[in-house]
Amino acid sequence: MLGEGILKGMAETAKNFAGSFVSKERLTTVEYPEERIAPAENARVFPFLVYDSENWEKGLRCVACQICEKECPPKCIYIDKSKDKKPDYVGKQQFYPTRFDIDISVCMSCQICVEVCPFEAIKMDTQFELATDDRFGGLLLDREQLAKSNEYYHELHPTEAAEVDARLAEEKAKVEAKAKATEAAAAKAAADAAAKTAAPASPTQAKPEGGQD
Amino acid sequence: MTAIFYLIAAITVAGGLAAVLLKNLVHCALAVTVAFGGIALLFLSLEAQFAGFVQILVYIGAVAILIVFAILLTRGSDIPKDGVFSKTWLTGVAIAAAVFAVIGYAVINSVNAIPQQDAVPHVTVHDIGLALVGPYVLPLEIVALLLTAATVGAVIVAMHEKGGSE
Amino acid sequence: MIDKADQIFVLLQHWLISFLPLALQQPAAVLIGVIGIISVFPAIFALTTVFERKGLGRIQNRLGPNRVGPFGFMQPIADAIKSLTKEDVVPSTANGPVHFLAPVGLVVAVFMGFAVLPVGRNMVLVDMDAGLLFFFAMGASTEVSVFMAGWSSRNKYSLLGAMRAVAQMISYEVVLLLSSVAVVMITGSLSLTKIVEAQNQYTGIFPHWYIFTPWGLAGFVMYAIAATAETNRSPFDLPEGESELVAGYHTEYSGFKFALFFLGEYLAMLSISGLGTTLFLGGWSAPFSFLTFMPSWFWFFSKLMLSIFVFIWMRGTLPRLRQDQLMNFAWKFVLPFTLLDLFVTALWRFMGEGLLRWFVCSAILLAAYIIMGRIAMVRKQFGPRSYRYAE
Repeated sequence: MLGEGILKGMAETAKNFAGSFVSKERLTTVEYPEERIAPAENARVFPFLVYDSENWEKGLRCVACQICEKECPPKCIYIDKSKDKKPDYVGKQQFYPTRFDIDISVCMSCQICVEVCPFEAIKMDTQFELATDDRFGGLLLDREQLAKSNEYYHELHPTEAAEVDARLAEEKAKVEAKAKATEAAAAKAAADAAAKTAAPASPTQAKPEGGQD
Repeated sequence: MTAIFYLIAAITVAGGLAAVLLKNLVHCALAVTVAFGGIALLFLSLEAQFAGFVQILVYIGAVAILIVFAILLTRGSDIPKDGVFSKTWLTGVAIAAAVFAVIGYAVINSVNAIPQQDAVPHVTVHDIGLALVGPYVLPLEIVALLLTAATVGAVIVAMHEKGGSE
Repeated sequence: MIDKADQIFVLLQHWLISFLPLALQQPAAVLIGVIGIISVFPAIFALTTVFERKGLGRIQNRLGPNRVGPFGFMQPIADAIKSLTKEDVVPSTANGPVHFLAPVGLVVAVFMGFAVLPVGRNMVLVDMDAGLLFFFAMGASTEVSVFMAGWSSRNKYSLLGAMRAVAQMISYEVVLLLSSVAVVMITGSLSLTKIVEAQNQYTGIFPHWYIFTPWGLAGFVMYAIAATAETNRSPFDLPEGESELVAGYHTEYSGFKFALFFLGEYLAMLSISGLGTTLFLGGWSAPFSFLTFMPSWFWFFSKLMLSIFVFIWMRGTLPRLRQDQLMNFAWKFVLPFTLLDLFVTALWRFMGEGLLRWFVCSAILLAAYIIMGRIAMVRKQFGPRSYRYAE
């Protein structure tokens, strides 16, 4: 009958109106700065650098391989490689970035840098309230501002962080097992050589140091 | 009462004069609307409520709109280059004066024909209604027929235009 | 005591003018009435704007404004300050006097309409014999100022919006008038106070409001549709909605002039709701006979606010009608139905008291509605699209 659709529509809006006072699903608005909705687990805004130990300089996972700088579509990452090396989490000597700047006014949050990093060093943050009135550098985040701890990473993306940690621990275990195996082989070879030459064999190999203290 | 009459008359005459003297045609239409309003006020000052309100409703609410639509749809709002007065304006004034004289003569003599009444006759809408379906029913029906013919004619003209342009 | 509460404003007015000499008392009484109207109805307008924004928000799953004042009810004050302090931008090619006078004309015409509404018992500003006609005359004058606004802006889109608005207002004016004529036929008078008094009777506990009769219900629905279209309210707000899309007749107005247009539109909505209340919902009479102890002006304003809520509700529910759909609806459905309603009203009058006339009138109106609905719905068959010029 003519007019039926209008009446049904009006009944629906009346339900919406009345329901907005009593149920949360009819009033989905959150009054922003006082209440906030927690971001979803795979939310992504701008990247940050993960560091492992308490000291952000020592524990920074980034080895300045510059892959993310090259892959970044709007080219918003600026990296300077260091001249010396420092040991990483498995003990291998690696370069480190003396300068790692991300221009977040350019960054488009595409997560490509995260996808291509072989060292799980750069991950996505969820902080978006980064507006500033300093227009000559306020949106250029440097190494210190970008470095955030692994515990923070666990808080943001627990499942991802747990996966990453598992993988890194596996890597470390493999490297250590390999090192032990080579050490055992070297010790055996040295013992054989010592037995042959009857000269005291001195362990010259330094034990590999673990990255995790 | 006469002060109010002079005021209303001044408004009406000013509106009428503006309607013929202004250059922009839409301004003229709006000035004639003011003149209509003045006439409605005259009716109201004579306690003819029905006539006054119908004047506003019909003239200002419909006829004025009709005039402005006609002006706009026929591109009449271009300002004429050589002024609003034609070369034969003296003849126009003479004819208008003659018409005014004839009408004035008829009105003044008719007032003299009707005996002077002391009280203003109070005509209610009820009386007007009774008069329209009683003694004046034939003029009412003829006017209705005329309006129907005009409406049908307008629809036919509009339909032909739409049909002709395809 | 009950009587005093009912007549409190009238008594207040009499007390205030008792301080003046006798010669000045009549003009002073009218002046007090005018001041009352000018203060009350814009206050209701301010309240309406808040209710509209919050109501629409709740319908749309969000909160309305809730920062200014408790629950956002001081928002109109913020809006008023904003519109007063904004720069008044007038296009350089606009027609100066006409551009200035358009909002003034609109607001004046709309305010005049409030003079004949009976707000309570003995509470009319001017009790005219042809009160209803005066109201419609004032409503018709608003069309001229809408046109003036659109034309004087020297903007093609403004002009187009104004022409469409005027065409819409004229079409629905006819419907408005004809649906009110049914009420006038039954009451026998154009005076709004007599119309309310005719509805102020009770059989048992039920009132004699015209909406409770078959012709009155049909007439009220037609009147409501026409009132929504007259005041350019959703779903008939194409002239206004064009403001959001391209332009409308008040696009070249800023600051206080725009606020005047806004005020004029909402006041027109209030006054036309007030007239609808008077004609069909019984004006200031109480809904049940045992509720007459409450003041009459309370009932009038409650019914007015109820109408406003229904307007807001419809705005939140219905999508906008296109201009040709709107005009088709007016001339092909609403107007014939209103003429039929007039006929049924006459039948009601001349059938005399009794149950028979209820059945006959309801049957005729229902049958006509269903038949016309079927005709209106069947006409638009959706077939393959055809093009006029592409072949």
